[in-house]
Amino acid sequence: MTTRTSFLSALPTPRKLGYSFNMTGRIGLLVILFWAVVAVIGPMLAPYNPGEIVDWDYFGPMTGDFWLGTDYLGRDILSRILMGARYTVGIALAAVTIACAGGVILGMIAAVTGGWFDMILSRLLDAFNGIPSLLFGLVTVAAVGSSIPVLVLTLAAIYLPGAYRFARALSVNVNTMDFVTVARARGENTPYLIVREIFPNILGPVLADLGVRFVFIVLVLSGLSFLGLGVQPPNADWGALVRENIEGLSFGAPAVLFPSVAIATLTISVNMFIDNLPIKIRDRSE
Amino acid sequence: MTKPRVTVKDLQIGATTDSGRDVEIIKGVSFDIAPGEIIALIGESGSGKTTIALSLMGHTRTGCQIRGGQITLGDHEITGLTERQRAALRGTKVAYVPQSAAAAFNPSKRIMDQVIEITAIHTLMSRDAAEKKAVELFRALALPDPDDIGARYPHQVSGGQLQRLSAAMALIGDPELVIFDEPTTALDVTTQIEVLRAFKSVMQQSGISGVYVSHDLAVVAQVADRILVLKGGEVQEEGTTEQILEAPTHPYTRELLAAFDPVKHEAKPADPSRHDQTPILEVSHLHAGYGDIVKGEPTVKILKDINFKLPRGRNLGVIGESGSGKSTLARAIAGILPPYQGDVLVDGHEMRPGLKARSKEELRRAQIVFQLADTALNPSHSIGAILGRPLGFYHGLKGRAREKRVIELLDMVHLPANIRHRLPGELSGGQKQRVNFARALAAEPELILCDEITSALDTVVAAAIIDLLKELQSELDLSYMFISHDLSTVEAICDEVLVMYKGEVVEALPAAEMSARAEHPYSRLLISSIPQLDTGWLASLERDPKLVEQFAMR
Repeated sequence: MTTRTSFLSALPTPRKLGYSFNMTGRIGLLVILFWAVVAVIGPMLAPYNPGEIVDWDYFGPMTGDFWLGTDYLGRDILSRILMGARYTVGIALAAVTIACAGGVILGMIAAVTGGWFDMILSRLLDAFNGIPSLLFGLVTVAAVGSSIPVLVLTLAAIYLPGAYRFARALSVNVNTMDFVTVARARGENTPYLIVREIFPNILGPVLADLGVRFVFIVLVLSGLSFLGLGVQPPNADWGALVRENIEGLSFGAPAVLFPSVAIATLTISVNMFIDNLPIKIRDRSE
Repeated sequence: MTKPRVTVKDLQIGATTDSGRDVEIIKGVSFDIAPGEIIALIGESGSGKTTIALSLMGHTRTGCQIRGGQITLGDHEITGLTERQRAALRGTKVAYVPQSAAAAFNPSKRIMDQVIEITAIHTLMSRDAAEKKAVELFRALALPDPDDIGARYPHQVSGGQLQRLSAAMALIGDPELVIFDEPTTALDVTTQIEVLRAFKSVMQQSGISGVYVSHDLAVVAQVADRILVLKGGEVQEEGTTEQILEAPTHPYTRELLAAFDPVKHEAKPADPSRHDQTPILEVSHLHAGYGDIVKGEPTVKILKDINFKLPRGRNLGVIGESGSGKSTLARAIAGILPPYQGDVLVDGHEMRPGLKARSKEELRRAQIVFQLADTALNPSHSIGAILGRPLGFYHGLKGRAREKRVIELLDMVHLPANIRHRLPGELSGGQKQRVNFARALAAEPELILCDEITSALDTVVAAAIIDLLKELQSELDLSYMFISHDLSTVEAICDEVLVMYKGEVVEALPAAEMSARAEHPYSRLLISSIPQLDTGWLASLERDPKLVEQFAMR
């Protein structure tokens, strides 16, 4: 018995490692996980085919048959939200990962290398930043045509310069610290400096930035879909669901309400989670 | 007996940390201050000296609260007042001179407007009267050009002048008590003297009571009438300045005094068997600077024609004031700032200027240790990882062998082995500096460049680090280049001393006889400006005004 308890107390639980976090963060994580699971298995749970017209009435109310009502063509909204989760969560997650990973890596390289590399890259991305995001999306999608990879890459390209600026500003500060100088004087190469000396010290703010950027991407994706450039019918992401059913707003139809609620829960919970990350990750300097 | 001007009775201050833990900072401190008396609060960082000083204004730092006891200033009981009533007292009854005058002045407003702000806030006098009074104060504080200095902006006067101006700001409301919070700590020694003299004469003339917070006993000895020695939020000893300096009774006070006067380093006689050996470090005609390179020379030149030799197993001290190029010299030798001209030879082997051009082996032999362990240790790596990296990088140690060596290194710097699992933020300042030094040792270097490594530490802790350096030197056959602005530290460890001024070596002296052998006027001025543990030192110090003008008016 005693050996067992001492074994248990020696286990590296999140709490002992300093990685436990508070209730708000846990709720956020729970909602994110819920939507992630839905994105994977959603279509299997869907009571109807999301593209099939199943009700004779349009903008139907919530009933036993159609839990969240029906849309402007009489399609089941619950099935359509479950299907849309795959597009919204998937595209936004992929885009934000590419944007932040690319931006942060480039930002750290620019800060450590300095000189002409930093200058050219910074000015290039600054210029790119000057292009309005929706306009850029409009042009690319119009030119190449709308498909999921194109959407992901477009969204990532829109948000990469911001992530780069943010990461570079943080890295420049860390780069002047003595411990980086010591590592340089030791003869370390640039990859080591970036991965081991700088990255851990900018991780907290970068994660917070990732959360904000994720929300922006969900919103721009919705915006693109609203303009008809996003996911193409009969499939739809949540933003497109809102657009399709916008006329139902005056009837108080659940068809417009529930996709909006889905967007809100996802974006808010991502921020709740990021803002309440364990202190050990959020602020490593303390 | 006259009624004391300030009475502090059983003062208790506490704070609640972010994690909800309750900390007692001041544990029942009592003292009085008579009218016209200057009392010094002395102790190491964390002893609560600034907390007590601030509480005399009824102010506590964010998160702290006055939990008990009584503070009386004149007829006012500070602890019983509302915040609004306390605000009315600040500036008129009690005033504050901060450590960093540069941070206390608003850089975008003229000095005069800021100095007389107190009279405007409390509507004490007309603007003309206030300006006239300010000019009188400027004159009393021996500021140059007292009539017009108020029209300047803070960046247009020197650090020492700015500190005196902040005293004028405090004195303009005719307070009964002035709190000096380490006002000369950030100043160079040659400037410090003028500031101390000005403070002392103004305080003597006006009969204002003062509280002088400092960690430097020698400075305190010049200005204070009585000294309160603090440690851990409690008074250890209280007495007149003479009594504390001459006959301390408390062991902690004795420790402080002993740390101030370290055992002088015995210059090793040159070892005849090693006579023919090449010096470990030889620098000849070294030039370095910052900025854009124009025609092979940087626009801002810092080091000019530096030459010296450091024989193996001996220590070289480099002294000088801020801006003299001491740290730049260390960086140029280490290759962090590539010199544009001149040679650096380590053990007779020529080092190429930049870091990239040097081999791993060349980099290993000369290690640099920085002043601030807080910024020199990566806050997100454990101590084990910090010490393990050079072991793996230079010596290819892995796994268990590396861990064993980390424990050995920690043992060398007298730290427990289990500290390797902690992060730097969880260590004290002295412990961090030991880890910082152990990281240099991990490379098994022959030469260590120490850049002000004891300057940010408390005297007692710094003395322990110096002892450690000496001990390791005899064990590991190291040579140190020891950069410091503190002469007593340099005396304690070095054989030879270079005096630097404006990027040039003005004189090279044997450390043991620095004051006797100094010939260059600047080295004499610098050496004579080091405060001594003697209450009459400041009064008896005579300085050649021409020399001061030439070298210290910056």
